[in-house]
Amino acid sequence: MPIDADLVGREFPPTRPFVVTDEEVATFAAATGAGTERVPATFPVVVTFRALLDFLEAERVDLARIVHGEQKFAYERPVVVGDELTATLAVTGVRQIEGTDIVRTSSAITDADGALVCTAGATIIHRGA
Amino acid sequence: MATLEAGAPLPTQEYVVRREDLVAYAQASGDHNPIHQDEDVARMVGLPGVIAHGMYTMALAARAVATWTDDAEVVELGCKFTAPVVVAAEGGATVVVAGVVKSVADGCATIALEVTCGGEKVLGAPKAVVRVG
Repeated sequence: MPIDADLVGREFPPTRPFVVTDEEVATFAAATGAGTERVPATFPVVVTFRALLDFLEAERVDLARIVHGEQKFAYERPVVVGDELTATLAVTGVRQIEGTDIVRTSSAITDADGALVCTAGATIIHRGA
Repeated sequence: MATLEAGAPLPTQEYVVRREDLVAYAQASGDHNPIHQDEDVARMVGLPGVIAHGMYTMALAARAVATWTDDAEVVELGCKFTAPVVVAAEGGATVVVAGVVKSVADGCATIALEVTCGGEKVLGAPKAVVRVG
């Protein structure tokens, strides 16, 4: 089923706060071969992926039919251990090309004070059955 | 740490990706999409086989940037995922990350990357901006 173009402009509810722990960072760094001096640059995906899962569930889209088209992070400041992060996903574009939906999203990642930490833009490609 | 001057080439990095790395990344990232684990599911949705998470490949690009810049603060990171990294059950796949410093201005260095697998570009216009000095 195609993804509804009416979703453009829709903002989904924020994800539950995610606390960045030493353990989460160490696991992510080990999995990607990164050092642990700094939180790895792509670590915020842990939070934005939760927002994406919520979106897919709300729209009844099967994760197995999703591939990633594009990703961009713009950081206001580095993520640090102890941060309590929340992602709020908004749909910024929907296009259909030959049975494939191309959905552009923008997620604002904020800390416990509500301050913006990172903006994550993602394009996801939904391959229809 | 490589010299971060405009035009400076950066030492190419090579990373071997195996299926078990994708399992570890799924655990670490929460992305349990079966196309990164299960050959049958991947083929059923029209993929050539098990593919690496795009974000895993992007993480390898970020790892190269961290190596080149002595873990500089990243202020911007982006790419398109233009071709899948197909990870064979035996031997995995090798991702090659090359880069060049495009510019250094206002305390930031812009690095243009080239990320390939089997000689084919897998990321489109991968770019990182890091804080320097």
